Amino acid sequence: MAIGDWLVILPVIVPLFFAALAAMLRQRVRWQARIGIFAAGALVIAAMALFVKVYRHGPLAMTMGNWPPPFGISFTVDMLGALLSLSGSSIGFLVAIYALDDIDIRRQGFGFYPLFLIMMAGANGTFLTGDIFNLYVWLEVLLISAFGLLVLGGEKIQIDGAVKYSFLNLVATSLFLIATGLLYGLTGTLNFADLAIKTPGHASDDLLVVVALIYFVALAVKAAVFPLFFWLPASYHTPRFAVSALFAGLLTKVAVYAMFRLFTVVFAQGPEVVFQLMPQAAAATMVIGAVCALAQNELRRMLGFVVISGIGAMMLGLALGSRDAMAGGIFYIVHSMIVMVGLYLLAGAVMRFTGSERYAEIGGVYVASPLLAASFLILSLAVAGLPPFSGFWPKAILLRESLKQGLVWPAVALLASGFLVLVAIARAWRYIFLRAAPQGSTGDVAAAHEARFPPLNAAMIWPILILAAAAVVIGLIPMSMMPFAAIASDGLLDPTGYIDAVSGVMP
Amino acid sequence: MEPLFAIAVAILFGASTYLMLSKSTIRLLIGVVVLSNATNLLIFTLGRPAHEAPPIVPKGLSSPTATIANPLPQALILTAIVIGFSLFAFTLVLAWRAYEEIGTDSSEEMRLAEPHHERPRQGKAPPR
Repeated sequence: MAIGDWLVILPVIVPLFFAALAAMLRQRVRWQARIGIFAAGALVIAAMALFVKVYRHGPLAMTMGNWPPPFGISFTVDMLGALLSLSGSSIGFLVAIYALDDIDIRRQGFGFYPLFLIMMAGANGTFLTGDIFNLYVWLEVLLISAFGLLVLGGEKIQIDGAVKYSFLNLVATSLFLIATGLLYGLTGTLNFADLAIKTPGHASDDLLVVVALIYFVALAVKAAVFPLFFWLPASYHTPRFAVSALFAGLLTKVAVYAMFRLFTVVFAQGPEVVFQLMPQAAAATMVIGAVCALAQNELRRMLGFVVISGIGAMMLGLALGSRDAMAGGIFYIVHSMIVMVGLYLLAGAVMRFTGSERYAEIGGVYVASPLLAASFLILSLAVAGLPPFSGFWPKAILLRESLKQGLVWPAVALLASGFLVLVAIARAWRYIFLRAAPQGSTGDVAAAHEARFPPLNAAMIWPILILAAAAVVIGLIPMSMMPFAAIASDGLLDPTGYIDAVSGVMP
Repeated sequence: MEPLFAIAVAILFGASTYLMLSKSTIRLLIGVVVLSNATNLLIFTLGRPAHEAPPIVPKGLSSPTATIANPLPQALILTAIVIGFSLFAFTLVLAWRAYEEIGTDSSEEMRLAEPHHERPRQGKAPPR
């Protein structure tokens, strides 16, 4: 095995190794952050190296323990996996830096960084694995680290959120396992590449419809698709801000990724019924998420519904199924990772300034920090899909593809959800940033705020600025993202390269 | 053999669904455990259990001589049991902590994260 092959597994090994190290050095609280940030940085480099290699050589595979595929667990990376691994690792690095300030020393002592690194390993494992049972295992790794992060600190509200989060997600992963068991019973294989060859032979089998539907429901719960999203608004606003941001950037996107993988490579000719359900579910998720966002009076609870609304747009890309539409969906995943993490981190900075997230109790952040207000404006206009920010291009692509296929109502839903999100965001902008703080703001507003508001640490402001800058750069130069999304989409529609990479490992 | 297992799996799925419809977190928890065990039995059944030789390659040969039992479902179940058990342990502690801290085991009454009233807090506000 050449040394280059190790690259395939490096984005999983690096965080797992340092998570173990950080857990062993739990008593040395000062070392936690150093190990965490170093590991997150190393992970970005590893993911970048893998991305470059996949871009140059096409899909790569590596099979564990020298078992020939499809018997051994193959790690298989194509453009989609490498792209999401790179963007997920990058936002992970920024969250790790932000956590320096947001996660207090007590919570660092409880093991924030080991849990964070395990979550990064779980996410990268999901993106890179080529085996469906192994995907289930990584989903469980993500789940257990998410449980730990969710209750870190043990406040009442966190436990409340964690109860709802954990039960619904446990049921969803159980459903995923049931479907995996049935699929194995049907086809006798668990390897994605092998499944891509074998499932078409069972296309007329009724059991395949059942399997596909169970997978769809399981992943729809995990991705927070309407009407299965209720765990998300119950839990995402309860943990620390860095944790919320990580969840918003990684967890639902991992489930969307699994959908993209399953319903193209495995169920390409698959049961019609899933592909008939998908556009409806996508449109409903977009619109209802946005309507619910409009009704919220707390910043993070509003953002939770904006996350849901975005999930609908990604799913629409998959539902439309053409090359450009899927590329648009993949583009949207990356955009949503950047923008949602940015907004959640920004909510943390707002909380630092004002001590609350409720619209009724706060205000005047624009006066206190114009920089923060500008970042909010950029990120929120990006999330609503206005030019010249990153959300505009994937939405424009999805709109065009939808109309090209003669589907008017998904296009209308896309535009309506964008408009409603814009209104919801404008409410937050007006209450939190533009108007003066409701109490104690008599006389010279600026001076009063200066006295009240502590300055933000560099660790808190820089990740937000970097993410806002990324939203602008991708918005101004969409070709910095689109070619990669298009290659990823091609790889899903024609998985020959993927299959060849796996069978190339066969002795 | 297989129909018998299939019926057992169906009964377990039914029982777990019934339990999970409850508001009590403990019943929910038991429902989730039954669900994960039902899943394990399902995977076992799907591996087509049969009275065959154990999957051991005789000395000096590179492949087994007779038909062998399929070892993969057992490996899958073993993994699923370990994962399921650890998650069960966590959720059990979580349910207990929720009962201790919030003072209820009814999912209906756990409204700290999403309070019913949206007016400004007064009196006994949920602490943050």
